[in-house]
Amino acid sequence: MLFGRVHGTAICTVKYPGIHGIKLLIVQPLNKSLEPIGVLQVAADVVQAGVGDLCVMVRSREAALAMPEIQFVPVDLALVGIVDELIVRPHSDFDYTLKPGNIHYT
Amino acid sequence: MILGKVVGTVVTTISHPHYNHRRLLVVQPLVGQNDVADSDFIAVDHTHAGIGDTVLVNREGNGARQLLNLPDGCIISVIVGIVDEVKLG
Repeated sequence: MLFGRVHGTAICTVKYPGIHGIKLLIVQPLNKSLEPIGVLQVAADVVQAGVGDLCVMVRSREAALAMPEIQFVPVDLALVGIVDELIVRPHSDFDYTLKPGNIHYT
Repeated sequence: MILGKVVGTVVTTISHPHYNHRRLLVVQPLVGQNDVADSDFIAVDHTHAGIGDTVLVNREGNGARQLLNLPDGCIISVIVGIVDEVKLG
């Protein structure tokens, strides 16, 4: 699951039967610091997000399972939540490397 | 499953029903000394982990569905353990 910012909407008149009525949004995947990762993508919307919203997205088979009715549909990215509050510690706060030897975390 | 460090919390009031009453945390995967850093992701908390904790994360949909008892759940990553110690040869 990852963050995404909604940049616009995509309208398709001809769609696979199972995804009629599902809104398609253009989203930019983001990392924890909200910097863009990769290119713009199209996501199916089930939480009624709008342009400018920061969202939680889910990929792969689970994106199709997020659809409200028919869940065997060709969808591989879905918006599943609208972020209201995000608290992320700066990247330099922690050490993310596994060093040889015994490491105690607690 | 992977090891990661919890670096943040996410609050979503409007979310898919499968995510209702579940905590979402931002996780940064741990890597070996010579490995390239992996990208961070969001995971559902199942162990009451907090920021700064080193955690064990299941990143697979079927495991998540069994664990959360949601046969059609749309959740991929679930935090399934808090790591106390790692021994690396």
